[in-house]
Amino acid sequence: MKAFFSLIARDLKLAARQGSAVALSLCFFVIVIVLFPLGVGPEMTVLARIAPGVLWVAALLACLLTLDRIFQADYEDGSLDQLVIGPLPLSFLVLAKVIAHWLTSVLPLIIIAPVLALSLNLASDGVIAVTFALLIGSPTLSLIGAVGAALTMGMRRGGVLLSLLVLPLYIPVLIFGVAAVEAAVAMLPMAPHLLLLGGMSLGALVVGPLAAGAALRLALE
Amino acid sequence: MAIDLHKYANPRRFLAITSAIYPWSLALTVILLAAGLYTGLFVAPPDYQQGETVRIMFVHVPAAWMGLMIYTFMAVASAVGLIWKHPVADLSAKAAAPIGACFTFLSLVTGSLWGEPMWGTWWVWDARLTSMLILLFLYLGYIALWQSFDDPSKASKAAAILALVGVINVPIIKFSVDWWNTLHQPASVATMSGPKIYSSILTPLLIMGLAYTAFFVTLLIIRVRAEILARRLRILQLSELQER
Repeated sequence: MKAFFSLIARDLKLAARQGSAVALSLCFFVIVIVLFPLGVGPEMTVLARIAPGVLWVAALLACLLTLDRIFQADYEDGSLDQLVIGPLPLSFLVLAKVIAHWLTSVLPLIIIAPVLALSLNLASDGVIAVTFALLIGSPTLSLIGAVGAALTMGMRRGGVLLSLLVLPLYIPVLIFGVAAVEAAVAMLPMAPHLLLLGGMSLGALVVGPLAAGAALRLALE
Repeated sequence: MAIDLHKYANPRRFLAITSAIYPWSLALTVILLAAGLYTGLFVAPPDYQQGETVRIMFVHVPAAWMGLMIYTFMAVASAVGLIWKHPVADLSAKAAAPIGACFTFLSLVTGSLWGEPMWGTWWVWDARLTSMLILLFLYLGYIALWQSFDDPSKASKAAAILALVGVINVPIIKFSVDWWNTLHQPASVATMSGPKIYSSILTPLLIMGLAYTAFFVTLLIIRVRAEILARRLRILQLSELQER
């Protein structure tokens, strides 16, 4: 357990000292969302209509861009080999890495999402809903993403392949995440969608670390 | 059970068995395909609402079944390959992927050809169509992952992990009809209360399904044999290089 938490603390410390990475993914998130009003026009009703989808798609893409950070740097400087030899079981190692990734790369997106939602003229119920839906659904993104990141680790053109592997698996999260926000805007109960998102997160919590651990062992053979 | 599997996993025995099965599966494919197409295109009556376009269904529905079935097959073969480290299972999964991708693509194309006269549009963002499209992307990702490794044994394991993670998506596709139930018609063959289609339509549909399955088996045998031979050739070439 101590090794688990110290690994998370190490990754958080690393991310804090290279702060530019977090800022860059935030900038990407904001700029993707800014592109939509420019693309579809500034009409407020249209923007309010597409806001949930735009926020979720931008969050998906921003998360995708940061996935290679989970293992790549440690793989390149060799510390991943050391970690694998260490006392921590492989799936817990992955879980610690995923938690650190979620805290450093996804949580900042969720924190600024309400502001962007307001700028897209989303109703206030929707703003609360999108925050909750992102909080509950986004762990799935990191967990599934870790599998893709472990599979493509060390590849030369891993980034493009990673998006092809991971984005289809993200689609259920996108669908229910957007459905939750739209239900909240339409004054319908959003609990079922949030429960489904939570269920997917829990399922990914079981499958993700196991699969990513197997992929890591394979890549380091 | 495990012992039997080991026996059939021997590539040489696999080659011997499949070369015995191959002519039968080829003949079955030809006969069933001819019978299915004849009953589907000439015998089956036109639908009172859809008219002659209903015949597209005989090509479309079995292709969609095959798309799903082959992905499941791939996942099972991947699991067997991962657990018992059978090279033939890995190769079967690899060989099945492009066939499955083609069937999925066929179902999307024929579905869109059917949708134009029926729904008045080539494509709707309905749950089922979308999930078949996702299935196509899953296939493409799987094939791309195979191709991006130099070492075939590493590639097979990585692809197996991906197939097992992706297979979670197959039930989502299957039950998406009940979850979202939008424009696409709800499941009408495998419902709890038995098939809802009249037998004049159902029979050609099932014959076509069997024909596609036989076709898949035939193609799979050809492709797996080619993979085994290619691997042997590679080993021979490597040993020749070492001898020099």
